[in-house]
Amino acid sequence: MLTNFTRIFRFAVNDLSRNKGISIAAIFVLVVTIMLVTGLFFFHGVSQFLISEIQDKIDITAYFKDETQEQDILNVRDEILKMSPNIKNVEYVSKDQAMLAFNEKHKDNAVLARALDELGTNPFLPSLNIKTNGDPAQYAEVSNVLQTANFSKFIDKVDFSQKRDTIEKVFSITSNINNFGIALGIILSIVAILVVFNTIKLAVDSSKDEISTMRIVGASDWFIRGPFIIQGAIYGFIAFAICFLLSALSAYILSPKIGAVLPGFDSFDYFLSNIWILVLIQLVFGMGVGVISSFIVVRKYLDV
Amino acid sequence: MIKFENVTKIYPPNTAVLQDISFQVKEGEFVSIVGKSGAGKTTLTRLILGLEEPTYGDVFFKDKNLRTADSYEIQEVRRSIGCIYQDYKLLPAKTVYENVAYIMEVEGKGYGKIKKEVPKVLELIGLEDKMDNFPKELSGGEQQRLAIARALVNSPQVIIADEPTGNLDPYNSYEVIYMLEKINKAGATVILLTHDREIVNKLSKRVITLVGGKIIRDEAEGRFII
Repeated sequence: MLTNFTRIFRFAVNDLSRNKGISIAAIFVLVVTIMLVTGLFFFHGVSQFLISEIQDKIDITAYFKDETQEQDILNVRDEILKMSPNIKNVEYVSKDQAMLAFNEKHKDNAVLARALDELGTNPFLPSLNIKTNGDPAQYAEVSNVLQTANFSKFIDKVDFSQKRDTIEKVFSITSNINNFGIALGIILSIVAILVVFNTIKLAVDSSKDEISTMRIVGASDWFIRGPFIIQGAIYGFIAFAICFLLSALSAYILSPKIGAVLPGFDSFDYFLSNIWILVLIQLVFGMGVGVISSFIVVRKYLDV
Repeated sequence: MIKFENVTKIYPPNTAVLQDISFQVKEGEFVSIVGKSGAGKTTLTRLILGLEEPTYGDVFFKDKNLRTADSYEIQEVRRSIGCIYQDYKLLPAKTVYENVAYIMEVEGKGYGKIKKEVPKVLELIGLEDKMDNFPKELSGGEQQRLAIARALVNSPQVIIADEPTGNLDPYNSYEVIYMLEKINKAGATVILLTHDREIVNKLSKRVITLVGGKIIRDEAEGRFII
């Protein structure tokens, strides 16, 4: 068994080094397709970053009646947080914080400052800023719950109806980006698999007569198939190693440029934090497609 | 050793290459199967090697019906047969040494035995100086000798030579036939498929004549008559 395996491995390495042209072509095609898949992975990272950036800018605000006690507001906040795991954040803004934020925002506007002074009191209401997963239905649900008897006694108004259009637009844009990403991913992955399959097919096709001779002399199917499968795995592994270095290098070099276009997104950080997933995707894609393609193509010739 | 029982082979849609063929080859025999191109000689070898199944009838190798044999048994049959072809069917990506060693590796023989046996066989056929060459670096005659070395290395019980002299000059052709006779004298069964009249007539051995997929003559000391 071990002798057979070492022989099969030796055949694979010999064939690979003796057919340099075909081997280099197969590895090159694998590198291109793995980089395509890696590109999709980075595209997914960028789109998720953009989606969360946009969703972060969307919230609804529940304004409480002036006389509501802070403890009551905090109780409402806790209740909302318990409602659904899709509630991402509920931020309490007191009257004073609202006033401070207003002053900070309009510090250069003397007219507004004077108007506030003339009022003599703090006109702002305490509020809760609520962020969900971005789904308009989720915001609508929160808004409805806040208007039920338990909460409505404390609440002055909820600004969901004013923001509804914006929330729906943002949600539709983010859903479209997600769907487009999935469709693009599926199409390009199929193209990549077909391209690799055809390249491996060309590599094995050149050994068609050899396979038939091996059958005639009584070699078992695995003795014939083994070297081609191992060659497919070696092609995949070499392509993976090249792609891994290439993607690390490009994520590092392009990081400042991408950061300038997408502030807050660091491509090298993204690479490092997803390094194992990326290794898995590149390795499984490279070696997996290499091995499976070899297996299918050789089987075709063994059946003849 | 080998028995054909009412064998008919029809390729789709309706091309009958062999029609109701029955014959038997005994152990140690030297049989020439003659016929024009397209008479069904190559199909006959493919049936013996289990590369094809007869449409009707049965082929037996040492009493084993190949139709019912599993893939492991078929491999065993192929390993008991050494094949020599007109187009040599060498492994182009392997050296002369590796081409011969491959046959022993297929059988799972140890490295020590392979290292000892392969140079011996190559010496016997005069290719010991070209062990590290690839087949494309050899002449036609050398390639055919390599094919013979490969067929012999496992001391098979049967040698099938399908037009082994088809691509060779008269000198190399007689050398190949001489080798086949020697192998036969050493005890192996030899089946020679050819359309070379002169060679068959000189051999004075059993001749089976195929015409249009049918056996028209089977003589113990036959001649090439079509």
